[in-house]
Amino acid sequence: MRRTARDTEESARRITRRSLMMGGAMMAMFAVLGARMRFLSVEQADEFRLLAEENRINMRLIPPERGLIFDRNGVLIAGNEQNYRVTVTREDAGDVETVLARLTNLIPVTAEDMDRITRDLDRNSPFVPIIVADRLPWEDFSKIAMNAPSLPGVTPEVGLSRHYPLVEDFSHVVGYVGPVSERDLEERPDPDPVLRIPEFQIGKIGVERWMEDTLRGSAGNKRIEVNHVGRVMRELERTDGTPGRDIQLTIDAEVQNFIQARLGEESAACVVMDVNTGELIACASSPGFDPNLFVRGITQRDYSALMEDDHRPLANKTVQGAYPPGSTFKMVTALAALEEGLITPETTHSCPGFIEFGDRRFHCWKRGGHGRVDLARSLSESCDVYYYEIAQEVGIDKIAEMGKRLGLGIRHDLPMSAITEGIMPNKAWKQERWGQDWRIGDTINASIGQGYVLASPLQLTVMTARIATGRAIVPRLIRAIDGTPEPMPEAEPLGLSAEGLRAIRNGMYEVMNTQAGTAYSSRIADETMVFAGKTGTSQVRNITAAERARGVISNDQLPWNRRDHALYVGYAPYENPRYAVTVVVEHGGGGSAAAAPIARDAILRALHEDIPPLTAYPANQRGRIETDLNALRERLRDLTPSGNSRA
Amino acid sequence: MSFLEYQVKTVPSGLRKVFYLNWPLVVLVTAVSAVGFLILYSIAGGNMAVWAEPQMKRFAAGLVLMFAIALVPIWFWRNMAGLAYGTSILLLLAVEFFGVVGMGAQRWLDIGPLRLQPSELAKVTMVMMLAAYYDWLDLKKTSRPIWVLIPVAMILLPTFLVVIQPNLGTSLMLLMGGAAVMFAAGVSIWYFAVVAALIAGLVFAVFTTRGTPWQFLHDYQYRRIDTFLDPSADPLGAGYNIMQAKIALGSGGWGGKGFMQGTQSRLNFLPEKHTDFIFTTLGEEFGFVGAFSLLILYGLILFFCFTSALQNKDRFSQLLIIGLSANFFLYLAVNLSMVMGMAPVVGVPLPFLSYGGSVMLVLLIAFGLIQSAHVHRPR
Repeated sequence: MRRTARDTEESARRITRRSLMMGGAMMAMFAVLGARMRFLSVEQADEFRLLAEENRINMRLIPPERGLIFDRNGVLIAGNEQNYRVTVTREDAGDVETVLARLTNLIPVTAEDMDRITRDLDRNSPFVPIIVADRLPWEDFSKIAMNAPSLPGVTPEVGLSRHYPLVEDFSHVVGYVGPVSERDLEERPDPDPVLRIPEFQIGKIGVERWMEDTLRGSAGNKRIEVNHVGRVMRELERTDGTPGRDIQLTIDAEVQNFIQARLGEESAACVVMDVNTGELIACASSPGFDPNLFVRGITQRDYSALMEDDHRPLANKTVQGAYPPGSTFKMVTALAALEEGLITPETTHSCPGFIEFGDRRFHCWKRGGHGRVDLARSLSESCDVYYYEIAQEVGIDKIAEMGKRLGLGIRHDLPMSAITEGIMPNKAWKQERWGQDWRIGDTINASIGQGYVLASPLQLTVMTARIATGRAIVPRLIRAIDGTPEPMPEAEPLGLSAEGLRAIRNGMYEVMNTQAGTAYSSRIADETMVFAGKTGTSQVRNITAAERARGVISNDQLPWNRRDHALYVGYAPYENPRYAVTVVVEHGGGGSAAAAPIARDAILRALHEDIPPLTAYPANQRGRIETDLNALRERLRDLTPSGNSRA
Repeated sequence: MSFLEYQVKTVPSGLRKVFYLNWPLVVLVTAVSAVGFLILYSIAGGNMAVWAEPQMKRFAAGLVLMFAIALVPIWFWRNMAGLAYGTSILLLLAVEFFGVVGMGAQRWLDIGPLRLQPSELAKVTMVMMLAAYYDWLDLKKTSRPIWVLIPVAMILLPTFLVVIQPNLGTSLMLLMGGAAVMFAAGVSIWYFAVVAALIAGLVFAVFTTRGTPWQFLHDYQYRRIDTFLDPSADPLGAGYNIMQAKIALGSGGWGGKGFMQGTQSRLNFLPEKHTDFIFTTLGEEFGFVGAFSLLILYGLILFFCFTSALQNKDRFSQLLIIGLSANFFLYLAVNLSMVMGMAPVVGVPLPFLSYGGSVMLVLLIAFGLIQSAHVHRPR
């Protein structure tokens, strides 16, 4: 716009004044900046020069060698093997694409890997080495080493990585290691810096996870001089860390292998325990999986296959699976009644095949009924009505109390993942969990291990061991750490009356060793190793009245996942017990047919140093058993102890 | 005096204008850029192709643009101010909807081969707009509230669009750059005093309420401030950049370690060593002497800008030059404060040194306008 001369002059005057003020402020700022520069580079120079020197000489962590895991006889279960890998550094490679193309001509690289490599190269600084191929066979590795001149930026490296030679035998007990995830870091309040080393591996499940601190060891470090791209020029100083400590498990790898093979493709679990020490001799869950797949980084396809399998190979059924214990629970009900003085071994009840309570009818498994049964017969022929009767007198709270004394409904602390507490219900539990009053029908169901009662194979084994010894046996998985045996305190007596225990054991003896016993066909013929136990068959569905009217459908006609679970608990020898065993075959049908024979093979294998001799089996079964054992022998691993030395 | 009153004859015309350019400024800008090439060459480990060469090409292209702008009469640029401002607002809106997110914050538009950061452009167009506004405004109205609110709105509009990108550094520079023009135009000093008092009060409130239920910031934001105040407390985390930058600067000493001898930057300890933190390499390799010399070069550039503004009698030209040089000053003051650990790390480049196209281009456009104002000043 048009301005008067006076305005123009006024404008110029103002601007001059203001811009001089601004110029002054700027000069002041310049003075501050100059002074700061002088302060940093002249007055603090010595201090910073020292820090810069420290930067040129870098500290690097040396990952510790992970502790090994052995079985009780020194067979290697988890070891470290040399791993050949190849890395590429973008900065040194120049034209990365050409180099990678040349590399793929030498070794096979999948499209999936290629995507990962390009992604990693883009995402990281140019001087960070990216893994191109891991776990290369020696031939491929040497091919790359020979062609090194035409592959700038490509470095062949040798590292250690975890290896599980026994493949699926210990997949659930020992678990596996894998790369450190963000979650692993978050879980720890103050993560060990070694966890931040790329490619460092950490226990993910099982013993590998729960004994992580023992196995990991502590990192060493080295002072190295780095060149302008951060590559190591020379090592100036080295402090070796301490390798992780070796762990010896209580498990016998040969027994474990035998049982794992015996379970075969069944969805099943088997636990063998030393009844005097609580040491787990075998802890097998089938089907297993190959833990080495996880160490290498499992492919999506393999993982989906494991996840979608209805036999749930990833689950550790021995400690994680909670099953209705069925008739194997009857010892608890009986012991509760004996301890309360409500019954004696001679007490009898009449079994007409069912009892009626209100408008509900509770059936015995034997439709025609057992007639008059005493305690021993109620166990050996597994009469349900006997327990319906005594449970009503004892009440659920006393039964639950006895269950807990015997190790049910409590979490046994072992270094394994996802250990279940099971359920040992009582009135208070139902009120809290479901907000309902406990009903007498619930007691009747619980008395035979159905209804709300849930127990894991491990808990049932503890129960059996406690019945066999009368002492509060605690399960144990770790035998020694770095050769130092773990302390093994003497188990306290349970404080149960000797007659009561004797009556129960006698009943378990009759299950196996009388003609009418439910597991007579799975008896052990060897008189020094007499077997005592209890079968169980637990329903996974309700039998409707309509079904019952049509006649009970045999299990074989049902779809697999609706069939009954087969259970068996037992111990041997009857005099001077040594081992307790539990077998659960998911949807296996009857306990006497599906679980007891497996349990016999397992406990005989534990009692002998080798495949059980035929003389241990009843004479009329030996022909069939021989064929079976020979077939089994084919599938066993050759396990030679490597001793407690590092491989 | 307005352009309509120009004795057009007294203004140089045609290619003769070249002789009337502010040549000292051209030389100084080239010198600073040359220092930049040298350092980029050094950081790349003696390699031209990595950073130095692309930067030189950009500078050459920008220089041509600068001369082109300088030869166009300043009154044309004044008439373009509204259009330029409007365009950059539209571009900022476009970036909001079609822009590419990079590095979490910076946003740009990909127009064919051109990668444009509208927020950088807005710094120049906003100053043009404000200068044109005060050129038009009756002097007596300068400090009246309603006529103060209008330029405030002109500043807040692009600031708001940039702050939601989110780019706090650039939006603060827009605020301060706009305030500089208003200050130069003669808006009453009381407005600035009140705003300054409000900011001081806010900062005080932010700090005193910490730990109380009604605290202003999130806990992590407080921690960020803590890191700035004491970077050595967290040397591997958030304080890493600042700590390593100070080590690089400090280890240079008086004379520096010598050209291509810096260990900090070349050992890759320094982050952003070729962009925002390029000054640290200069300090490490050329020491206090080198760093201070750069400060003097910057000071001389500002000196020649201000004398050019004071010589000029055209209000638009004066305000434009002062606004743009204030902007230039803000770049270097914020960057140097940040690198030397006197301000929090906000991504502001060092003018003419830091590697990067958008900023180089926008700076040379700004100096083109300054030159145009200088050439076409009323005599």
